[in-house]
Amino acid sequence: MTAAPQALRSTVDTRSDDYRRNRDTLLAKLAELDTEQARAVAGGGAKYTDRHRARGKLLARERIELLLDEDSPFLELSALAAWGTDYQVGASVVTGIGVIEGVECLVVANDPTVRGGASNPWTLRKTLRANDIALANRLPVVSLVESGGADLPSQSEIFIPGGRVFRDITRLSAAGIPTITAVFGNATAGGAYVPGMSDYVIMIKDRSKVFLGGPPLVKMATGEEAEDEALGGAEMHGTVSGLADLVAEDEADALRLARRVVARLNWRKQGPPPRPEVREPRLDPEELLGLVPTDLRVPFDPREVIARIVDGSDFDEFKPRYGTSLVTGWASVHGYPVGVLANARGVLFSEEAQKATQFIQLANASDTPLLFLQNTTGYMVGARYEQGGIIKHGAMMINAVSNSKVPHLTVVLGASYGAGNYGMCGRAYDPRFLFTWPNAKSAVMGPAQLAGVLSIVARQAAAAKGQPYLDEHDAAMREMVESQIEAQSLAQFLSGRLYDDGVIDPRDTRTVLGLCLSAIHSGPVKGADGYGIFRM
Amino acid sequence: MISRLLVANRGEIARRVIRTCRALGVGTVAVCSDPDAAATFVAEADTVVPLPGATPAETYLRGDALVAAALAAGADAVHPGYGFLSENASFARAVLAAGLTWVGPDPDCIEVMGAKVAAKKRMASAGVPVLPELDPESVMDGQLPLLVKASAGGGGRGMRVVRSLAELPEQVAAARREAESAFGDGTVFCEPLLEGARHIEVQVLADRHGTVWALGERECSIQRRHQKIIEETPSPGVDQDTRDRLCAAAVAAARAIGYVGAGTVEFLLSATGEFHFLEVNTRLQVEHPVTECVFGLDLVAWQLAVAEGARLPADPPTPSGHAIEVRLYAEDPALDWRPASGRLLRFAVPGVDAEFAVPPGHGLRLDSGVRDGDEIGVHYDPMLAKLIAWGPDRASAARRLAAALAGTRLHGLVTNRELLVTVLRHRDFLAGDTATDFLDTHDLAALAAPLADADAVRHSAMAAALAEAHRRHRDRPVLAGLPIGWRNLVSQPNRTSFTRDEDTIDVEYRHPAPGLVSVTDGPDGDLHVVLDLSGVRQRFAVAGYDTDRGRVVEVDSPLGPVALLTVPRFPDPTERTVQGATVAPMPGTVVRVAVEAGQRVEAGAELLVLEAMKMEHRVVTACGGTVAEIRVVAGQQVDAGEVLAVLEPEEEQS
Repeated sequence: MTAAPQALRSTVDTRSDDYRRNRDTLLAKLAELDTEQARAVAGGGAKYTDRHRARGKLLARERIELLLDEDSPFLELSALAAWGTDYQVGASVVTGIGVIEGVECLVVANDPTVRGGASNPWTLRKTLRANDIALANRLPVVSLVESGGADLPSQSEIFIPGGRVFRDITRLSAAGIPTITAVFGNATAGGAYVPGMSDYVIMIKDRSKVFLGGPPLVKMATGEEAEDEALGGAEMHGTVSGLADLVAEDEADALRLARRVVARLNWRKQGPPPRPEVREPRLDPEELLGLVPTDLRVPFDPREVIARIVDGSDFDEFKPRYGTSLVTGWASVHGYPVGVLANARGVLFSEEAQKATQFIQLANASDTPLLFLQNTTGYMVGARYEQGGIIKHGAMMINAVSNSKVPHLTVVLGASYGAGNYGMCGRAYDPRFLFTWPNAKSAVMGPAQLAGVLSIVARQAAAAKGQPYLDEHDAAMREMVESQIEAQSLAQFLSGRLYDDGVIDPRDTRTVLGLCLSAIHSGPVKGADGYGIFRM
Repeated sequence: MISRLLVANRGEIARRVIRTCRALGVGTVAVCSDPDAAATFVAEADTVVPLPGATPAETYLRGDALVAAALAAGADAVHPGYGFLSENASFARAVLAAGLTWVGPDPDCIEVMGAKVAAKKRMASAGVPVLPELDPESVMDGQLPLLVKASAGGGGRGMRVVRSLAELPEQVAAARREAESAFGDGTVFCEPLLEGARHIEVQVLADRHGTVWALGERECSIQRRHQKIIEETPSPGVDQDTRDRLCAAAVAAARAIGYVGAGTVEFLLSATGEFHFLEVNTRLQVEHPVTECVFGLDLVAWQLAVAEGARLPADPPTPSGHAIEVRLYAEDPALDWRPASGRLLRFAVPGVDAEFAVPPGHGLRLDSGVRDGDEIGVHYDPMLAKLIAWGPDRASAARRLAAALAGTRLHGLVTNRELLVTVLRHRDFLAGDTATDFLDTHDLAALAAPLADADAVRHSAMAAALAEAHRRHRDRPVLAGLPIGWRNLVSQPNRTSFTRDEDTIDVEYRHPAPGLVSVTDGPDGDLHVVLDLSGVRQRFAVAGYDTDRGRVVEVDSPLGPVALLTVPRFPDPTERTVQGATVAPMPGTVVRVAVEAGQRVEAGAELLVLEAMKMEHRVVTACGGTVAEIRVVAGQQVDAGEVLAVLEPEEEQS
């Protein structure tokens, strides 16, 4: 009989005004998120959707739904890609992780209702991110291709980096990760290499057209008059060129064949299986909405969050009374053990950095994935702390995070400022997945601090030149900077730039983590054998 | 004393006899045809002698093989059950000649009563009222309608109603074929058809010492195709005076032929209280359980005792309460009682108090020949089981029986269950207003209508879709612990389509589904779905089966059973039916082919005749055209869905 784990208890008063205010604020942000996501789902809008349907074709998400096992979960990734840019939210492609014939796969589907499914720079980034996820986590890739190729006005941003897409497909294949492509329409020029590079290719009778050059280009290049069926029709590729492994009757049949291919992969996950018995948290995830103060400067106890996302709300805390501004401890999510690092009062001091370093090493020693729950304003500054070696200690923690080999998952619950973003495994530190709550903000520092710093620097510069410094100018400058930084710190802005894998409803945190952990365990889970030099 | 008894029969009656033998300490020998090798009655017998072959003629109708089986297995007695050779005098003689005890009346007695024509004369001379016999050759219009009956018959086989002289020859011929096939004797006769009459029969039990009991009457008026489907005792249409007269006539009839053992004297009772002798069934009847319940005795045990020479007490036991039996058939009342064959996926009757025996106190009795997973074939009678309710009075017995039937989990086959429930709950039935033409004088379509109305079907389909979704999710090798069907971006509802008979039912739902209260595991792999239907919580038990036809989902609830076939998510592109193909509606044997290749036919023309379940089924063209191909020949065995003929449809008029 093992000793009972430590059960977390809640001190949240769900009837308090604060709780209600927090909840209302977060619900309003979720409503905004829904609106933005609905724009992504709407794709090219009613006109193009209707036209697409009139051709007897399924929408990208309809194709995905038919591809996936019925009633299985599906996590769409980078749903807000291209938010705040000139391109359609969603970036004309749908990517996500879902289950096909019992196998977790990474699915990529062009949205042909958005500019014919043409790739723009954000499409490219989203696709590359999806490929990264597939490679890191050993997820078979199923691509549902229907794309007019590069969005020509933005070709300069696509053409050269875009070559990586094809490189990725073959590298996935070389890593033993199957790649399956079903072509639903045209795949021309570069697009032809997606099926060309894939392990398995499915084409659809009378629908798929795959060629390096279409009839006009061929005519221009060689003067040959060729019709498109002969150049790249499914029948031709299925019977003559051999590029198509399977020729489907129609779209549904293509998806059926894709499922059959996955069913025959004999896929085996390489990570350890989850514990069979999983207890839901004892505390209600619904209450996550009321936990986070509307003002990010007000700290909150991350144990309240942990208690609502981990199995049975059980959490064995490590060093609970040392470096108390960072909570560390062991738990499991959907049966997968995790080590949790969560900011408690924003600031990281030397003690917290050292505690984190030790904890990360322990997790690596026991091959336990790490979960970072970010709400940090950065490492402590000030003479006393500089003298205490905060740089050394912060660097130690960043070293440990950088060289840790167990899978990392990061969720930005609130603030993510300064080097705290790095130490807590921000995007640059390659967590396997990074998700953001809608209230979260990330920047080099808080907008007010940043504006204040600029103001001080400007005032000093003016003084140095002996110029007057007008207070009204200062106020205007501060306000402008503050609002710009504020806007660029927002979750959807950062998500639009692919700095996370998606903005999630806090109540879904456990589900998203469970799905990601399961996907992660498609590959091996193994800790680091060594680190760089720790400066002591 | 009998020590080891061979049951020369199959199915539920074999189980019935075996149950009593076990209670008495008598050893049991079963015989079985090839298709019955795995049947329950075979498993229950102490010893089994296989009879090679499938058709009754090859197996259960082979007296020589049965006697040889009895001798080989060391049996000292033979019980014939009902049907097959139960009323075959030469078989009885062969049994006796082999030195075995025959559980039944003397062969002479069987012979006399077996020839229905002679039997009627014998009864008439004993003072029992009989109906006149009509000669098919000289029937006049005024004598119509009439009934063509097999002289050797029983159980409605070979019986035909004739309402016009024109159809007489054809019906006589058909009755002959059926009688030949069922009884090995094609003799038929005609008698006037009494419409609006009740079928009343009296159970008699006689020993070899002169005691004859009349164990009350049974009313068996609710019939389809002259085959009883609901039987009860006492009859609501018989008063004490009539009862006394019927019993006296039955005893007189039994004495007139020196009857020994259990037998049944059948009468037609007209609305005026007059009755006419029909026939004596020289065997145990299918419907004997109602008499057993009300009189509290074991007729099979008494058959054995009488065969051993025991004496009956002077007076029969006193009857108590009311018992009603229904016969559950694998057949579709809405499609002209077409027999259904296939796998019985589930058969579970709730609240059964006793099987093959009288319940202790009032209650529910089940006599079933089948169990879950049994293949219901084409060779034998499609009766699955008998269910009997015994109550203090008729109304309570009917209510109990209807409820048990309605609540029965019966999956995989079309049956007459819903018709039985509707009849048991019908005002006229409850008023005791029953006659042999009950099903003709009431709206059969309404009686056969499903218990589930349109709303019930809709709710059941929703429950089915959700249960199937949960089952899939539960069995998922990965992510089974996550919320079912979870999406961070919702783009469309989940969709499932089912077919139910000819209808397609599309179900759309989201997760979490509004109105879904819970999905929990029930027994036998069922899922129990609770839906909130406008404030009323309704539970549905949902069972799913992978079958040759596809994924079958059976939903049971107090709203009525609903059987659904899942429309596959992906149509199989290789599954293309030949244009203009006529396929076999059920498995069977081709009796004759009526057309040949190249022949022009009208829509509805007879292509060929299939025999299945002892019934002939005409296969007709769906449209006019030219016969391109005939793929079968007479005598060929075909499976359901097999292409029989290919038709080139006529060009449409332009």
